[in-house]
Amino acid sequence: MAVGLHPVKRLPFWPGISAAALVVALTFGTVLVVALRADGAGALTRYDWLAVRFTVVQALVSAALSCALAVPVARALARRDFIGRGALITLLGAPFILPVIVAVLGLIAVFGKSGLLSQALAFAGFGPVSIYGFHGVILAHVFFNLPLAVRLILHGWLAIPAERFRLAAGLGFTPRDIFAHLERPMLREVLPGAFVVIFVICTTSFAVALALGGGPKATTVELAIYQAFRFDFDLAKAALLSGVQVAICVIAALVALRVQVPQIGGGGLDRTVQRFGKTSTLTGALDTFWIAFAALFLLTPLAVLIARGAPELFSLPASVWQAAGRSVMVALASTAVTMAIGLSVALACLRAGWIEALGLVVIAASPLVMGTGLFIVIFPFAKPSDFALPVTALVNATLSLPFVLRAILPELRGIEARFGPLADQLGLTGWARVRMVLLPRLKRPLGFAAGLSAALSMGDLGVITLFADPKAATLPLQLYQLMGAYRMDQAMGAALVLLALSLGLFYGFDRGGRADADA
Amino acid sequence: MLTLEDLVIAQGDFRLGADFSVPRGARVAVVGPSGAGKSTLLGAIAGYLRTSGRVLWQGEDLGARAPAQRPVAMVFQDNNLFPHMTAAQNVGLGITPSLRLKDEDAARVTSALARVGLAGMGARKPAALSGGQQSRVAIARLLVQVKPLILLDEPFAALGPALRHEMLDLVGDVAADLGATVLMVTHTIGDAERFAEQLVWVENGVAQAPAATRALLADPPQGLRDYIGAST
Repeated sequence: MAVGLHPVKRLPFWPGISAAALVVALTFGTVLVVALRADGAGALTRYDWLAVRFTVVQALVSAALSCALAVPVARALARRDFIGRGALITLLGAPFILPVIVAVLGLIAVFGKSGLLSQALAFAGFGPVSIYGFHGVILAHVFFNLPLAVRLILHGWLAIPAERFRLAAGLGFTPRDIFAHLERPMLREVLPGAFVVIFVICTTSFAVALALGGGPKATTVELAIYQAFRFDFDLAKAALLSGVQVAICVIAALVALRVQVPQIGGGGLDRTVQRFGKTSTLTGALDTFWIAFAALFLLTPLAVLIARGAPELFSLPASVWQAAGRSVMVALASTAVTMAIGLSVALACLRAGWIEALGLVVIAASPLVMGTGLFIVIFPFAKPSDFALPVTALVNATLSLPFVLRAILPELRGIEARFGPLADQLGLTGWARVRMVLLPRLKRPLGFAAGLSAALSMGDLGVITLFADPKAATLPLQLYQLMGAYRMDQAMGAALVLLALSLGLFYGFDRGGRADADA
Repeated sequence: MLTLEDLVIAQGDFRLGADFSVPRGARVAVVGPSGAGKSTLLGAIAGYLRTSGRVLWQGEDLGARAPAQRPVAMVFQDNNLFPHMTAAQNVGLGITPSLRLKDEDAARVTSALARVGLAGMGARKPAALSGGQQSRVAIARLLVQVKPLILLDEPFAALGPALRHEMLDLVGDVAADLGATVLMVTHTIGDAERFAEQLVWVENGVAQAPAATRALLADPPQGLRDYIGAST
């Protein structure tokens, strides 16, 4: 069937345009509000420039380190098959929905002053290590992004056709030849994309810097916005820094546009590269080392968290459970909003493909800037802290939009291509088409997207810190406050609750989408 | 009567012209090499493509009408059924897309399913039906759509010869019941002979006026001669 003439006109268009306008207002509009306010703020101080430099440098180092470590890990995973390989690869996808503050707490439990590592060092007669500062921020960023890099590179490895390895074996390639002719070209293609993605993620880092950074040597621009806001209530300074943050994001996004950014496919990571001939004992030992390294690095913090947090579960203060309740409400509201926006925007994309660029706009937006803008808007009329939870839900909904779009738009296009002519033929148009044809067929990606967005919102420690009212804290904020009060064991208990709720929300939605989804 | 008046479909380098009529109740095979534009011709009649010239039914210009508003029921090569709906729902869509069926509508669905040999299978979803049974559901929907013009875009191409013949006979019966005109794209000359008394030959950017199938095959023009030679 040739390309259709009117089909896409038969789907709701204007709701998506309105939703897109709302998102643009939340991203660009808040920047504008902030910029107007920044008028006469003066120049950036030395301290501000340090924050800019730190933001860029830590992002570069984090991205470089994540990629460098990911190559041997991905290579080992690509060519070794072992019990638990599938579980490890699944685990590599988990940091995405792991609340940042939970991971930070786990890292403190291992690498902090009284953590496992320091205890081990004390046995050997060394002093304790500190996790705070530059290296702590890097450590946390590598913890989050190493798995992502491994997945991207592993994908590249497994995408090399098996025939090439067979051909290489037939031609008597040495491992060095295989690297030169097969693996290096793949890495050259995959690595720049992985590097840029991680760089972009790290430039907007807030929660990690909030928990582990601080001071002139380890403050990101996002953290500086927060400090200007919370400590000095200097709106003009916050606005100016917001402008800087936007500039960094835009530049990073432009760079990202120039590099081919890899996409992680759903599955396909479950096979290994078939090897021919014997591998040397050394290679085998190295592979084992890298796999063990990755597994230990990722699992130990979580294991310690569970071990120390579990006994606390039944003695947690009521405030933790109340915060958990608020967080679940925020996450559900945010998910509902983002799904409504995402679906209507995706429908509009079918008619006007350029709307898809909205996802990029959101990636370049900074949550703290959005928060600052909304604060400035609300401030003259009401007490911003009264709006802390709705604003958090709204900002989180916006931030999830790129993931929602990426999950449902390709599927939506596929459904329209397959069933559009039939639906046209039968006069299924407008919302009836959405309800009867598109939604039932979109169940899986919708469930996945909803799970992702709920988990992201559940674990978010960003804009809520701007508006924070201690009496209306979300669970991540409550957790952060417990950490600040050095009630570490309670914090670990709360972290466990947060972890369970995040994973539970993701699992629940994702599962719901799969339930009796017909072929 | 279906009339194509100076109909021209142009897409990039591709161009297809048609200028002929098909009498009411006729059964016409549309035959031609791959890429000649057979499906495109059907798509234009069904309202999926932008064209110049006119498509008329009983003298009325269909140009402004969306596919569902045309007096046309079309069966595609595949994707004729929604996998998440039951056979009965898939048929019921032919009565009203909202699927809010009155009792007598539901009865029509049941009897249409029975008519195509699927009595008692209305609750099954397509995945639980064989390929032939899925085709029958699509044919049952033709029965409730009650449109005077039926377009078949090789809907049975994936079936074996015996089953395909069975389906063609069934469509023939259904079309006779409805008094409908049928245009059918096919690659199989045997099917054209079996099903259609007239044949439209599509080649080199032109859909020829329909000619009697038997006479045409007895003395085929060069292109058709090559095509038959190549297809057997």
